[in-house]
Amino acid sequence: MFKLFQTLNRIAVIKATIAVVFVAFLVLLGSRDLQNFDPALISYLIGTLFAVFGIAYRYSVWLQRPPTRLYWRRSMSFLFSKDFIQYVLRSIRLFFKNILLQRFIAHRSKTRWAGHFLMAIGCLLAFAITIPLTFGWIHFELRPGDDVTYYAKVFGFDAGTFPLGSVQAFVAFHGLVWCSFLVIIGSVMMMKRRVTDGGLIATQSFSEDLLPLILLIAISVTGLGISYDYTFLQGKTYQFMAVTHAIVVILWLVWLPFGKFFHIFQRLAQLGANLYKHEGERRGMATCEHTGQEFATQLHVNDLKTLTKELGFDYDKKDGRNHLDLSPEGKRSALAKAHFEARKESGKFFG
Amino acid sequence: MPETNYNHEMAFFVDMQRCIGCHACEMACAECETNGQESMIHVNYVNRAVSTQTTVQVCMHCEDPTCANVCPADAIHQDDFGVVHTANTSRCIGCSNCVLACPFGVPKKEEKAELMMKCNMCYDRTSVGKKPMCATVCPSQALFYGTVKEIEEMRPDSVPVNSFKFGNQEVKTKVNVMMPKGTHTLIVE
Repeated sequence: MFKLFQTLNRIAVIKATIAVVFVAFLVLLGSRDLQNFDPALISYLIGTLFAVFGIAYRYSVWLQRPPTRLYWRRSMSFLFSKDFIQYVLRSIRLFFKNILLQRFIAHRSKTRWAGHFLMAIGCLLAFAITIPLTFGWIHFELRPGDDVTYYAKVFGFDAGTFPLGSVQAFVAFHGLVWCSFLVIIGSVMMMKRRVTDGGLIATQSFSEDLLPLILLIAISVTGLGISYDYTFLQGKTYQFMAVTHAIVVILWLVWLPFGKFFHIFQRLAQLGANLYKHEGERRGMATCEHTGQEFATQLHVNDLKTLTKELGFDYDKKDGRNHLDLSPEGKRSALAKAHFEARKESGKFFG
Repeated sequence: MPETNYNHEMAFFVDMQRCIGCHACEMACAECETNGQESMIHVNYVNRAVSTQTTVQVCMHCEDPTCANVCPADAIHQDDFGVVHTANTSRCIGCSNCVLACPFGVPKKEEKAELMMKCNMCYDRTSVGKKPMCATVCPSQALFYGTVKEIEEMRPDSVPVNSFKFGNQEVKTKVNVMMPKGTHTLIVE
C-alpha cells in the first residue's frame, strides 16, 4: 500500500487534486451551496469525482511522456500565436468534424462509423444530461399554487417553464431513454464486428475491447429498467432497478480513467496534431535525398531527431546527416542498397 | 490478447536480393484480416533511373520499437511474442511520428482515416500456427516463414541476421534478413 503511494507521480497527484477541488467548487457554486443538490445522486457524485481525479492524473502522466509533451507544447504555442483566431476557428471546425461527428472513422468503414457515432452521441448526450443533474446545476420544481407547470432552474436561475404532461416534458424527462436506445444500437453494431471479424477476434482483448461494450449495454439496459419500472410496474421494482443501475454506472465511472474510455479524452490530441501539421506546412517541407520528393514537414523531421535522441535512439550518421532525413521509401531503398552491397562484397548475390 | 497457438519455432526470413518485384505479396497481404483488406507490405524499385532492382519490406518487429517509443498516444503495442502490432484504432491520432521515425520505413498513414497501419505479421494467421500471407505466395522466397533449420538447409551460404546499424543506432529485430555467411550486422550508411 505504501509502495503505491511512493510510486505515484507527484505532479499528476497535485493536478488531479486541483481538478477534483475545482469540480467540487463548481458543484457548490452551481447547486447554490447544495440547496439544489439531489442527495439521491450522492453516489454518482462521488463516482464522478473519483473519475475526475483518475482522468486528470492519467492525463497529466500522459502529457509528461516526451512525444506527448512535444505535441502538447508545440500545438499550444501555435494556437496561442499571432494566428490565434485562424487556429481557433480551424480547431472548432475539426472539433465538430472529428470529435463530435467522428467523420474520420467513416474512412475506415461506414458501418463502423454509424455504430460508433450512435454510441458516442448517445454517451455525450447522456453526459450532458446527467452531469448537470448530478452536480445540482439543473433541477426542476413545482411551485405552490401551480401543480401543472415545471420550473426549470439552471445554476439556481430560472431557465424556463413547461406544462406537466406536455410533449416537451415527455421528451425532456425521457432524455436518457433516447440516449440508451442510441447507445444500445451502436454498441450492438460494434459488438457484431468484434464477434464476426477474424482480424479483430485475433487481436482484441476482453478488458480493452469487449468489456467497454458490455458495460455500455449494461448501463443502458439498467437505465431503461428504471423507466420501465415507473411507467409499467408502478414503481414496484424501483429499488432493485435504481441500485442495479447505480452499481453499473459507478463501476463504469471508477474504470473510466484506466480503460478504453480514456480515448475520449486522448482524442482531443488529434486537433493538436492537425495544427502541428498545418503550421509545419507553412514553415516548409523536407525533401528526401533519395526520392527527391517532399515527404513531411521539416519541423516534424527536426523534432523527431530531437525526440528520438531524448528517448535514447541515435540515428546520426558520421557525415553529419541523420537516417530520419530519408523518407520511408528512401529508408527502404537505403536498406536494400546496403544489402546489395554486402552480397556483392561476399561475391555471391544468392545462396 | 485471446488464447493463441503461436509457434515460437517459426521465424520470418527476408532476402531482398531475391525480390523480383512481382507484387504477389501485396495482393496476398490485402487478404490479411488484421489489415482490414489493406496491403501493408512495401514493394518498390530501389533506384529506377539506373536499375531494375526491387525491394520488399515487411515490418521487422524491432525488439525496442522506435515507432512505439515516439507514439504520443500509446497506440503501438508489442506483445509477449515480440510482435509489434498496428496502431490501436481508438488511440491513434494520426500524427505520423511512427511513419517518419521507423528506421525501416514501414508504417503507412491512412490520411483520411487519420490512422497509422502497418504489418503485424498476419497475427490472425501466425497466432494460430499458420504462415503470414506474403510468405505463402512469394515465388522467389524473398519472404520465407519457417524454422531456422529449414532456412539453413535451403540457404547453406547465408546466415540470418537480425541486427542493423543505422548511423550510430543499432536496431535488433524479430524478423531476420538473409546475409552472406560471417555477417553479424547489416550496416546502412
